[in-house]
Amino acid sequence: MPDALYLSTAIGLPYLGALVTALLPANARRLEAWLAGAVALLTLVMVWLCYYPTIAEGGVVRSEIAWVPQLGLNLVLRMDGLASVFSVMVAGIGLLVVLYARYYMSSDDPIPRFFAFLLAFMGSMMGLVLSGNLIQLVFFWEMTSLFSFLLIGYWQHSAQARDGARMALTVTASGGLALLAGVLLLGHMVGSYDLDRVLASGDVIRDHPLYLPALVLVLLGALTKSAQFPFHFWLPHAMAAPTPVSAYLHSATLVKAGIFLITRLWPVMAGTDAWFWILGSAGMITLLVGAYVAIFQHDMKGLLAYSTISHLGLITLLLSLNSPLAMVAAIFHTMNHATFKASLFMAAGIIDHETGTRDIRRLSGLNATMPFTARLAMVAAAAMAGVPLLNGFISKEMFITETLMAANAPTILHSMLPWAAALASIFAVAYSLRFIHGAFFGPETGDMPRTPHEPPQWMRLPVEVLVFGCMVVGILPAATIGPFLDVAARSVLGEATPYYSLAVWHGFNLPLVMSLVALVGGALLYRLLQRHLSAGIEGTPLLRRFDGRRAFDQVMVFLSWRFARTLERLLGTSRLQTQLRLMVCITILAAVLALSPQGLGLGGLELSPADPVIGLVWVAGGACAMAAAYQAKYHRLAALALLGGAGLAVCITFVWFSAPDLAVTQLLVEVVTTVLLLLGLRWMPKRLEFASSGQLLPRLRRYRDFVIAVAAGLGLTAISYATMTRVSPEGISRFFLERAYTEGGGTNVVNVILVDFRGFDTFGEITVLGIVALTVFALLRRFRPAPESIGVPEQQQGDARDWMAVPAVTMRLLFPLIGAVAVYLLLRGHDLPGGGFAGGLMLAVAILLQYMAGGTRWVEDHLRVHPLRWMSAGLLLAGGTGLAAMAVGKPFLTSYFAYADLGLLGRLPVASALIFDIGVFALVFGATVLMLIAIAHQSVRSQRAAPVPPPLPGMAPPALPAAGKPVPLEAAPHGPAADGRPGRAAPVPAAPALDGPLMDGPEMGNTGLKGDR
Amino acid sequence: MELILALSIGVLGGSGVWLLMRPRTFQLIIGLSLLSYAVNLFIFSMGRFPVGRPPVLEPGTMGDPAQYADPLPQSLVLTAIVIGFATTALFLVVMLAARGLTGGDHVDGRRQDR
Repeated sequence: MPDALYLSTAIGLPYLGALVTALLPANARRLEAWLAGAVALLTLVMVWLCYYPTIAEGGVVRSEIAWVPQLGLNLVLRMDGLASVFSVMVAGIGLLVVLYARYYMSSDDPIPRFFAFLLAFMGSMMGLVLSGNLIQLVFFWEMTSLFSFLLIGYWQHSAQARDGARMALTVTASGGLALLAGVLLLGHMVGSYDLDRVLASGDVIRDHPLYLPALVLVLLGALTKSAQFPFHFWLPHAMAAPTPVSAYLHSATLVKAGIFLITRLWPVMAGTDAWFWILGSAGMITLLVGAYVAIFQHDMKGLLAYSTISHLGLITLLLSLNSPLAMVAAIFHTMNHATFKASLFMAAGIIDHETGTRDIRRLSGLNATMPFTARLAMVAAAAMAGVPLLNGFISKEMFITETLMAANAPTILHSMLPWAAALASIFAVAYSLRFIHGAFFGPETGDMPRTPHEPPQWMRLPVEVLVFGCMVVGILPAATIGPFLDVAARSVLGEATPYYSLAVWHGFNLPLVMSLVALVGGALLYRLLQRHLSAGIEGTPLLRRFDGRRAFDQVMVFLSWRFARTLERLLGTSRLQTQLRLMVCITILAAVLALSPQGLGLGGLELSPADPVIGLVWVAGGACAMAAAYQAKYHRLAALALLGGAGLAVCITFVWFSAPDLAVTQLLVEVVTTVLLLLGLRWMPKRLEFASSGQLLPRLRRYRDFVIAVAAGLGLTAISYATMTRVSPEGISRFFLERAYTEGGGTNVVNVILVDFRGFDTFGEITVLGIVALTVFALLRRFRPAPESIGVPEQQQGDARDWMAVPAVTMRLLFPLIGAVAVYLLLRGHDLPGGGFAGGLMLAVAILLQYMAGGTRWVEDHLRVHPLRWMSAGLLLAGGTGLAAMAVGKPFLTSYFAYADLGLLGRLPVASALIFDIGVFALVFGATVLMLIAIAHQSVRSQRAAPVPPPLPGMAPPALPAAGKPVPLEAAPHGPAADGRPGRAAPVPAAPALDGPLMDGPEMGNTGLKGDR
Repeated sequence: MELILALSIGVLGGSGVWLLMRPRTFQLIIGLSLLSYAVNLFIFSMGRFPVGRPPVLEPGTMGDPAQYADPLPQSLVLTAIVIGFATTALFLVVMLAARGLTGGDHVDGRRQDR
């Protein structure tokens, strides 16, 4: 079990540390650095604890945490020799980078963010190398992409950093997607995503017909991550990151993730021609182009970036060779490269930090001012160039040996290998010389932004450690790195591990000659290029026209701009009509497609005889519907009345077929909807019939729409008819019918379903109703009517008010009566048609009638409804009933019932469902009234802004706006100034209170009705 | 009888769909209302159309589905009616706001006569 603990700690601890660091204050630099360092150190210790003794003896440490075992998705942590080598690099170099960053980062930088990202990246990297499940590996793979994006873009104020980060993310994350697809294919072939199962199924994978697609996809992931040609261009742009990030991500870890993946899958995917050709050509081009371009970089970090690309190409090339010995060399070179490249990045960072520039053209003579750093950088650069007695030399010798061995193979790519290796070595010597000679030698100049001096000793320590490693491994390879390399190679190659010798001196052989030739040739090349380089020309000779960044930008512009725009233009529409037309057509098509296999025959149910009354009702109803459709454009009022006619037909149908509850509700909703729409009509623009409606094109459009509508109607008819002629299947209705009285205590089954059986649904529904009412209210608070509809409408001018005097009195008298009916409907709901919905709507109608007959202003003066209070009370009551059931240990909304004997009044069913229904009643009432009066109030509100109509005889003049709160400026255009119609009275002198305190002030919160006077 | 009701559903639905594709907001509101009638009737038709079956139980008895009207579609339609009212109200307010903001009543917010 301790293994499981160590492994999960190795991944979890960095994440935890990241979280803690992110929460620390920005000025706790020292603490954050200590914390990050401690986390890195502990992670390293965890790896060490796993390593001994199991892995050192060639074993595998494994721990599994079940997640979705059915899908083969378990959290599998697995460490073998290869993973341990990579995790030591991740944690070890991470530790050194933390120490380095402690001194490198300026006090202006947000330190918590830096260390948090760095640690999170470390955790992702650990997760990647310790994954024992392919899906999990891809997950951490994308996490590394994400955190590297955040780290590269750490200096977010710099456009260069942002662009570089975006490019890195685009390239590596797209590769990650390809990798995911490839991994899914692999899992499909093997039947499991478990790494051990996959590693044991090499033959299955290589013989599978899907091998090539899987290979291409997986390699796409690996090559993008490891910055291989043609995806190499993101790495130099990632140099906009702080140097510790470059040292960590772009030398030792992130870019090595691709190498790790190729190595990991080498046993099961390598060994084919496709493997060699894809990896071999990418690796060779990357090796040569990277090294060549590196010579001509003026930025030290740019030089190192291209050199990294070149070295990664070298490793890829080694892995492509399908030879176990090359695999050993690849692992070895991966370690060596991480040590010398990280130290070189750090050295470059020190130079940048102490002199203020990284431009080789400006740097000069630092050997005198920074002697220690100069020595360290020289050793590391020599390792990079492959100078004997340093680690780079040994692995490069192995590389050259391998290329010479492979050159015997028949293909042209094989025979080019030694030449490429020699050329790349010459280039490597040249750019290493440039790095050293350019910065440290030459005359001392005062050209640099800062006077150079040695860095703090602790900042140099990480470089010293790494350079020491280069030297020790270079001089005593077998004694130092030998056992670890052996374990790593064996974990990949198993039985096939070849004999190899880690020695400095293998005798005077061809590889040694080639190394010496490269050293001399590189020095000569550098000498020859002196003149060109010191001229300071930007760009690379011969390759000037190949700019990966420009190509990338063009692709991005094409994809995200031109292509998207074209698609949008061709396929998209912003027009609602087109969208709805498409939707209707697709719906019809979907119905046809779904029905076409079986056709739409009639069922066997015996039809009931046609009733002439219903027939007549529907002749009228159908006529109303069609007429409403015809009139809705120019005659809105007529259309509204016709809509009501159709609604009445529906209502009668409900009554006819034993649905009294529905009929009552439908009737009430019909009333409320009609009034609502009538209130809205007032704000619509006048519409007169145009002669233009006879034009050809609109007519054709209408014909088309007519055909679609007829098709939709016929389809609906056919489907409904086919449904109605079939026996309805035994549903859950029996359950409700049988239990409505015996368990729900009510004889009105529909109501019992609503408030008891499906009480939770109803609770949700009334909540929705409340939300809608509040939304309506909120939208109307900022309502701006069109200028031309602000004035008093024609119908209200003159003596219109007097006509309503008699109805107004009648309605006032009716008010208590209707209210009583509403309460009656509510109370009897459990046993007879009625209930909270109907009762609430009825009470709303009572209020509504007052508005219609008495006018908004009159009602607002005389009656205070508090819709919001009703709504909240209703919701609380309904919810409280449910909670009360929970309080006695029953599930939410369980009901209880009994009958109360009220003597003469009869027996009243008292169920807890009744209380729930009262809640429904209150909310429905509150919501309906809120919507209606919010709209109704608009006319009062806007008329206050409008010119005052001439006083009517016998009536008090309408109140002038009180000088309330200052009015927002945006209300002004709708004010009287905008209304220039002649024949109106003088404009209101005070500010037009279009947005007066009524709607915005606090009192609207509790009433919405009381005026501001 | 079934044919009459199926035809009415078709007429209501067809008129609604026609209005859905019209350019004026008010037409859209009427269309949605008509369409919701059609849909409510369709849901209601799941209980079929038996005449003369009581919807309310005799007190103290268990209901028999063969004797009583089907309560399930009824309760579904009842909630649908109320929610339909709410959405109509919401749409009306959005329509008013659009009218105030754009100055017209075209569904795309532009002054166009099509």
